[in-house]
Amino acid sequence: MSLQNKLTEAFKVNTKNVTVENYKKEAFEAFSQKGFPTTKDEEWKYTSLRSILKNEYGIESAKATSVTAETIAPYLVDGVDSYKLIFVDGVFNTSLSDTVEEISVKLLSEAIEDASYEDIFKNKYNSLAKGQTSLTDLNTAFTNEGVIIEVAKSKVVSKPVELVYLASGETSAMLLQPRNLIIVGENAQVKFIERHQSITDVATFNNVVTEVFVGQNAIFDLYKIQNDKNNASLVDATFVAQERDTVASVYTFSFGGNITRNNLSFYQNGPGCDSILNGVTILEGDQLVDNHTLVAHKSPDCQSNETYKGIYGGKSTGVFNGKVIVDQAAQRINAYQQNDSVLISDTATINSKPQLEIFADDVKCSHGCTIGQLDKSALFYMQQRGIPKVEAEALLMFAFCSDAIKEVKIPGLKRKINQLMADKLGVNIRFDEI
Amino acid sequence: MLKIENLHAKVEGNNILKGLNIEVKAGEVHAIMGPNGAGKSTFASVVTGNENYEVTEGTISLEGEDLSDLSPDERAHKGVFLSFQYPIEIPGVTVTNFIKTAINAKRKAQGLEDMPAAEMLKKIREKAALLEIDKTFLSRSLNEGFSGGEKKRNEIFQMAMLEPKLAILDETDSGLDIDALRIVANGVNKLKSKDNAVVVITHYQRLLDYIIPDFVHVLADGKIVKSGGKELALELEAKGYDWLK
Repeated sequence: MSLQNKLTEAFKVNTKNVTVENYKKEAFEAFSQKGFPTTKDEEWKYTSLRSILKNEYGIESAKATSVTAETIAPYLVDGVDSYKLIFVDGVFNTSLSDTVEEISVKLLSEAIEDASYEDIFKNKYNSLAKGQTSLTDLNTAFTNEGVIIEVAKSKVVSKPVELVYLASGETSAMLLQPRNLIIVGENAQVKFIERHQSITDVATFNNVVTEVFVGQNAIFDLYKIQNDKNNASLVDATFVAQERDTVASVYTFSFGGNITRNNLSFYQNGPGCDSILNGVTILEGDQLVDNHTLVAHKSPDCQSNETYKGIYGGKSTGVFNGKVIVDQAAQRINAYQQNDSVLISDTATINSKPQLEIFADDVKCSHGCTIGQLDKSALFYMQQRGIPKVEAEALLMFAFCSDAIKEVKIPGLKRKINQLMADKLGVNIRFDEI
Repeated sequence: MLKIENLHAKVEGNNILKGLNIEVKAGEVHAIMGPNGAGKSTFASVVTGNENYEVTEGTISLEGEDLSDLSPDERAHKGVFLSFQYPIEIPGVTVTNFIKTAINAKRKAQGLEDMPAAEMLKKIREKAALLEIDKTFLSRSLNEGFSGGEKKRNEIFQMAMLEPKLAILDETDSGLDIDALRIVANGVNKLKSKDNAVVVITHYQRLLDYIIPDFVHVLADGKIVKSGGKELALELEAKGYDWLK
């Protein structure tokens, strides 16, 4: 039976929350009509889900297996004091997670039963994701866990929040569909680190949706670490709605996994917004990472800065599609986009596509795209100074990516990223000292 | 120190060096002069092991050891240094961190621990002062946005840090005004000792007013066609190269 048929059979709504019930039914209907995307869809031209859809997924949410602190330690950012929120197989793990007092953290499963969340469900939840893609619809229809996080007005959260979703199932392939909603109050500041990680040998498929609302004058940072196993795939949809005078940054570090598709969308709903979208992708083997970004400039006097760097080895594939829409109202905006790729094997591929739709006249929009190989003369120069070839190559690749990393605001996280990059590039260099 | 015998080399199918012989002893300064296209830069590339150049015949040895099978970094570890005619820009790596990495790579190859941070810092300060290099310069990305003169000064700074046995300076004087030339030459002279050797590749005699050579060689069409003392440089400056052909 195809996965779609299986999902159709499994679909049922058992909540008393009418708002959520309606969302689910509506989303299921939409998904049923659209089905999974295929490479015939322009938006999925280079990314085929076929290989991951053929797995026999367990649809019912699994019973959480026991996972110890030791098991998850490698997937946390060591050296960063954070609020850890750990989910295992779609179930919140209280013993591994921290109690957070600075902000409000509510599990989705509990919020649905809680009348005080009705306003949020009516006005925020699903308001950005609704109808976006068949996979976001699928998530809306089937999700049964995740977090709703609220940061109060003017609260500067002292530690980053680390959201970790683990897959540990042992029997059948796992389809996990967590759902997050983050509401950052006016003038508040908060940072998140997000990771989806398989700790099992069975295939996993994460279909994740995160909606973020950034209140006036607030500062929001989200760092996504994607370094999953070779049989773990991820489709992530993250929507960030910015009110006036906000700064929102999303960093996507993709170093592993089977198929990874990131749909990252920013909406600038008021003047004075600053959106930062940075990404570093380093791939090998048959890995594929597809970054689809959207910046919707809907208001005047805003900026967006987008820098994606990719290094592709083996038979890996990279996709970058950066869409920037500038509404007529969005005068005096400055939109910058850069996508640079290095192919380090003859069999790696990158498909890069900037997509600018500009309806305002007084704007600065720039985009650039480079695809190249490591500079041989630079390698020789470094070798001449005594740096062995492998390290010289790694150093060049690190230097190549540095623009997209240098502004990571959490020092411990930056060290971790540097470490992951050194591992991935097969060298023992402490890049943070470079 | 450096002994080259009957060296033939080609790049992209073109024979450039056609039987070059030269011997440089410890404590000596040699100048190689010659017209454009004579093979001066090829000489530098071949000695340092640039893989784009193919040695078809002959030998290169350093202190009696054949360099043929060594990679550029291995040659560097043996004490070969090239000051590039066109130093490469490496955005994202600062001057300081680059030189640290280079020094520690050499130490690692020699089985030594990393140089202690304090010692490294002291050395960097010392050598920067020797070349009148400003502190802010050291935290800039390597050669990125440097002027021609800054690049050359940075090359000699790295040479000072790495303390090579054999330094080849490839047109280090080009792009330098007279003040910068003096600083760079002064740096080279301070580094000179009875245990190391310098090969200066240049078009013009001017640099040789500051770095006084023991021998001057004329390289033309892939061979040394004439050798002499420092006075040969003056003669070349006056007469050009045509009379040697």
